Amino acid sequence: MPRFRIIKRQERLGWRSCFIFLAAILLSLLFSGVMLALRGTPPLEGILILFKGAFGSRWAIEDSLIKAIPIFLCSLGVAMAFRLQIWNIGAEGQFALGAIGATWMALSFPELPQLVLLPLMVGMACVAGGCWGLIPAILRQRLGTNEIIVTLMMNYIAILLLDYLVYGVWKDPTSFGFPMTAEFVPQAIVGKIGSSGVNWGILHCLLLGILFWVFVTFTRTGFELRASGDSVRAARYAGIPYSGLVVLVMVISGALAGWAGFLEASATINRLQPSIMVGYGYTAIVVAWLARLHPLNIAVTSLLLAGLRVGVENLQLDLQVPAAFGGILEGLILMTVLAGGFFVHYRIVSVRQP
Amino acid sequence: MRVVTIISVLLLSMVMAAHAAAEKELQVGFVYVSPIGDAGYSYAHDKGRQAVEGMDGVKTSYVESVKEGPDSERVILNMARKGYDLIFATSFGYMDPMLKVARQFPKTVFMHCAGFKKADNMGNYFGRMYQARYLSGMVAGAMSKSNILGYVAAFPIPEVIRGINAFTLGAQAVNPEVSVRVVWTKTWYDPATEKEAAKSLLDVGADVIAQHQDSPGPQEAAQEKGVYSIGYNSDMSGFAPKAHLTAAIWNWGPYYSEIVRQVQDGSWKAEAAWRGMDAGIVELAPFGPMVPKQLQDQVRAKQEEIVSGAFHVFSGPIKDQQGAVKIPAGSMATDQEMLGMTWFVQGVVGTTE
Repeated sequence: MPRFRIIKRQERLGWRSCFIFLAAILLSLLFSGVMLALRGTPPLEGILILFKGAFGSRWAIEDSLIKAIPIFLCSLGVAMAFRLQIWNIGAEGQFALGAIGATWMALSFPELPQLVLLPLMVGMACVAGGCWGLIPAILRQRLGTNEIIVTLMMNYIAILLLDYLVYGVWKDPTSFGFPMTAEFVPQAIVGKIGSSGVNWGILHCLLLGILFWVFVTFTRTGFELRASGDSVRAARYAGIPYSGLVVLVMVISGALAGWAGFLEASATINRLQPSIMVGYGYTAIVVAWLARLHPLNIAVTSLLLAGLRVGVENLQLDLQVPAAFGGILEGLILMTVLAGGFFVHYRIVSVRQP
Repeated sequence: MRVVTIISVLLLSMVMAAHAAAEKELQVGFVYVSPIGDAGYSYAHDKGRQAVEGMDGVKTSYVESVKEGPDSERVILNMARKGYDLIFATSFGYMDPMLKVARQFPKTVFMHCAGFKKADNMGNYFGRMYQARYLSGMVAGAMSKSNILGYVAAFPIPEVIRGINAFTLGAQAVNPEVSVRVVWTKTWYDPATEKEAAKSLLDVGADVIAQHQDSPGPQEAAQEKGVYSIGYNSDMSGFAPKAHLTAAIWNWGPYYSEIVRQVQDGSWKAEAAWRGMDAGIVELAPFGPMVPKQLQDQVRAKQEEIVSGAFHVFSGPIKDQQGAVKIPAGSMATDQEMLGMTWFVQGVVGTTE
């Protein structure tokens, strides 16, 4: 009778680990199919409609790309901090501050030409988001506070600050008292690429993603970052300025989330309003984990998750599957992929007993 | 393997068949801000959709839990691209996204609820919920012993503020001593938060809980404490039978059916519709058994006056919280003033921020 035993893999899987990833996704789709079948929806058709809605047409791909932009940038920032084992849960708040910073510039200098105004907005978004990351970093290094708690709590402060501004001083006088700023002037809006629906933010993502990769892989600071992430004590022993790294990483992390906030306010909503906050900062954490903190993986995962959310809307519309199904599917994928991570390092072999 | 192939071919052909049959029907799409199982706002709109679904030559569908902002634009756009002829977007935050889509699809009819923007192919509509709020306020004011009414409210926007004011005026009409305490939750739909907010009101002595929220959470809090409650959106008596006095409710069926008929026969024109109890969009749910007959009659009599136009809820003199006269005696608030209302009447405890 065959028995099974878990053994550690002798050699690293390398690129072949993507098969495990694919198998995990297929498994979660299988589970979802069963769930669809249980509620009387044809599962094959359901999954097909889901994919058609996410990537099945030019429009669908564009929609998924647009939705992936803020998720990607937030996730890149979060991944940077996670590399150092600094648990920045505050991308949501940093995103909000970025949107606030960008809006501040857009409302203050509407007469500036686009080539000046947009960089100004990006700059202020990064400064504001970066500051929101700086505060917990300093608190952590000086007072020994836990960055998970502080970054999380600062999300609520950021959202309340955003509310305060759009319900108060920045409220558009022509909006009948509804909470929103006036629409940005055309110079403050990041436009769309040619005749497509995708805005130039996608190019920002590409450039920032490459910069991230170059920074982590080829620079001295990037090396120190990876070394400290593996072992703080060893890093300190080697004379790596750990405190400085923590601050740097949190500022970059916040600035990237802030950049996402800028793009969301400028390119997709064209103004600041409370509904800009839809939880991308939290989605980013999931994406960063699924992608194992690698920028290319983050890009792919952001697009997949964005596509999933877009596709579920299609599924709802055509088959009237409840919205909660999307959340369940997302949870299933996260679970199977993380569980699948086990098989990257271990394998199961059957052993015959003598 | 062959079985799988056969099944997929069968499924595909079924999809095709369904698609072909649907082609000549009027396709109507609905966009909801919360899940339709919320027993509240979206539930009420979905009952309206079901009424439309029952009409001849009409096919409906919906997408629920759509966030206001970019997500809603994509959902509305997707419906328009799929050839939906008429799209209802049922939350304020869908206004600008819908307007953007409406410009791209001039042949599609767009209907936006609770906003103020219009286009040639986009109308807006809402109901005068404040009328039912006033009546429910009368019930609450008369039933209160502590003279403190609690009001769990979502966001400080004119629609909600208007409702709180009308509720307060109604309560004061039968009980001049009464005050209304307001707690903002900053969410439309979050059962736990809403319930906690209601409990905080109960702790300061409120003995009737009203709500501008989409879940029955506040109703349950009132029932657990053994006090009364006023529901919103739909008849919530099932969730708190001992507490539920009445509710200010939506009845969208007749209005949605009318709009669909207009689109079918080509008579539809973009307009800003704000209909009240006379049109049946807004109603008062049946009274609970604890409401005395005499009070029921009094409220019903007032309802008749509102329906006939003899009584207007916001007729002066009405003062704000600081005591300044906002609506002078002998005049009444215009629609513009009501739609942009950002101040509380005297007797409300709370801020509009």
